[in-house]
Amino acid sequence: MTDSKRFFDLGKSGLTRRTALKGLAAGAGLMAAPGFVRYSQAQSSAPIKIGFQAHRTGIGAAYGRWYEKTTNAAVKLINDAGGINGRPVEIIVEDDGTDPKRGAEVVAKFASQHKTDIVFGTLFSHVVVGSAPTAGELKIPYYVVSEGYHVASGKLNRWVFQPGITDVRSQVTSVAPWVAANLGKKVTMIYPDYAFGYDHRDYFAPAIKAQGGEVVAQIPIPPTESSFTKYLPQIPADTEVLYHVMVGPGVLTFVKELGEFYGSNKPQLFGFIDSLEAVDINSPGLEFLDGSHFWEGSPRYAQANDSEAQKAYRAAVGIDDNGASTTDAKDVSTAAHMFGCWETLYVIKKAMEDSGYKGPEDRAKLVEATEALTEFKEGPEHPQGDKKFNGKIHQVFGHQNISKVEGGKLNVVHRTSIEDGMYEPEGDYTTQPL
Amino acid sequence: MAFFPHLLLATLEGLVTSAVLALTALGLSLVFGVMRIVNVAHGEFFMLGAVLAWAITTTLTGHPAFGFAVALVVSPLIVGAIAWVSERLVLRRVEYNPEATIVATIGLLYIIQQLALTFYGPEARPVAPPFNYRIQLPWFGYSGYKLSIIAASALLLLATWFVLTRTRIGLVMRATQYDRETAQAFGIPVGRVYGAVFALGAMLAAIAAVLIVPIQQAHYLMGLDPLLLSFIVVIIGGLGSLRGTVIAALLIGVSDGIISVFFSPTLAKIIATLIVAMVLVFRPQGLFGTAAK
Repeated sequence: MTDSKRFFDLGKSGLTRRTALKGLAAGAGLMAAPGFVRYSQAQSSAPIKIGFQAHRTGIGAAYGRWYEKTTNAAVKLINDAGGINGRPVEIIVEDDGTDPKRGAEVVAKFASQHKTDIVFGTLFSHVVVGSAPTAGELKIPYYVVSEGYHVASGKLNRWVFQPGITDVRSQVTSVAPWVAANLGKKVTMIYPDYAFGYDHRDYFAPAIKAQGGEVVAQIPIPPTESSFTKYLPQIPADTEVLYHVMVGPGVLTFVKELGEFYGSNKPQLFGFIDSLEAVDINSPGLEFLDGSHFWEGSPRYAQANDSEAQKAYRAAVGIDDNGASTTDAKDVSTAAHMFGCWETLYVIKKAMEDSGYKGPEDRAKLVEATEALTEFKEGPEHPQGDKKFNGKIHQVFGHQNISKVEGGKLNVVHRTSIEDGMYEPEGDYTTQPL
Repeated sequence: MAFFPHLLLATLEGLVTSAVLALTALGLSLVFGVMRIVNVAHGEFFMLGAVLAWAITTTLTGHPAFGFAVALVVSPLIVGAIAWVSERLVLRRVEYNPEATIVATIGLLYIIQQLALTFYGPEARPVAPPFNYRIQLPWFGYSGYKLSIIAASALLLLATWFVLTRTRIGLVMRATQYDRETAQAFGIPVGRVYGAVFALGAMLAAIAAVLIVPIQQAHYLMGLDPLLLSFIVVIIGGLGSLRGTVIAALLIGVSDGIISVFFSPTLAKIIATLIVAMVLVFRPQGLFGTAAK
């Protein structure tokens, strides 16, 4: 009522009930007519709204915080350079509590309440799997930065993309040859007992087998576990490489207990930095990791051969040479993953520009434009490196880094080629109707 | 690994779990027993203890043992003070009505948890143990600090037992537990006793947390597990029974250690829950509790 009052300026002309009703009806008609007055306005200058499904609380909160910092840094640059299709980008954040049920609600909230153009940002695989059906039902493009194999598996739907970070299957396939050649062939795997861990379990074993190695034991650990010593006796004595990928607050305990269990007589360790994202590698108890190797998506520590783009990216996000916040050296980033937010936003920008995206009615065009992408060149928009995109499985492929813990730093000792991580696609989203 | 060393490791792990659990559950049991209320925020006092231990050890410089010793004293005191204030400001106002207290302590749980997230952050942060001594057994190595947790916990339990049964404060607490109205008639300041018991319960949880934090890190969501396990222990052991709490903690801790080493951690949780169900059906007052009056 207050709106229509101002709009028609009824105060001057003298308000009767009839005119008021008419005004109301007209106002309602304007609101209901799609793309009429409001829309022509939006076309010119209204911001493109991106719903950011963030892990602000819950087990993923440390990741969520850095995903948010990276996203804000990228959006600032995009806006400073003129936005997308001449329109500024606005990020609307909703906390999903790192919870799949809440995640689905957040996607619905973005679509129906905030009326965002797309949804973006999620990391934890169970949240992605829980939210994807809602994105599909509401036909809102959903760009995740999750690294699980669920997108590439073809089991989600046509509205879900992962264009900024590689998936676990690709990661483990590409590092397996290096592990077999440099660390050992008899591998024991320790992984979290849920979807993300299963991706490792299912795809590392065949990959190492192809290199003449074998997985001698697989030890799943419940994600809520806080003490690990009791699992360690299950590690066979002839293990040459201990492959560990753990997520959550128990990680430091895990490493410490490994150290106490083995002492100096330890197998080679190969881990996924996921375990230690946002954790200082020089924390007490982590001495045991000295000399061990880690997968990193993007290196945490500045490397001697960093590109200009990588340096600019680090400065924009605000991380120093040790991968910690420039304002607080103790605030360690999730550098190995968060670059994915940056790169995904630039992929969204590219796809929106390619499709001439104007508003929610162009969402299907945006999906097709994203699927049509094939390559991303290394540069300011893709500081982690060049990438290949497979539009059929909505998944990007890129380089992986293997780093060694030396002198309290992670130094990259090997960088895989994009082809190392390629596999035969198992699905094709483009056959699904839009 | 052969059977015996495997069993030894499982038992050691179980004993460490039991030691921490016994202290935490004892706090819950005291509050449960004396005040007849369910403190759902108990796990958050545990978490606060750990978070404060981190804050104290990082503020103080010098040998880790010094910072740890200070944390072991100061952190429970702060937590006790917070608990005392919340008892005075919240629980007393709802007059210890059982339903209202549950809702009020759930509220406390969220307030404490979110404040921790806001001011401490989402990271898991380590605390250096007071000493790093690794005991090399013929089959595997074990942390000397973990063994010291068992000893420390046993000492603290003995101290609590002494306070409850051999001192005037303990007598007053037991009198209040036995019959609140009669105690009041005899001039016992029941309100102050409640405040003290609530604070003491929270302090026991905080001490347990300070002991465990060098091997487990402080994290703002760490309170949930101890809360659930403490409830299980208190139900099995019996309301307000010190002996029952300790025995139930040993039972749950050691069986959890052994079952999860030889079978699976999930089975250990299933069995613990099954024991709770059986106790509730066949002996609702708990193994060592007395029937409610």
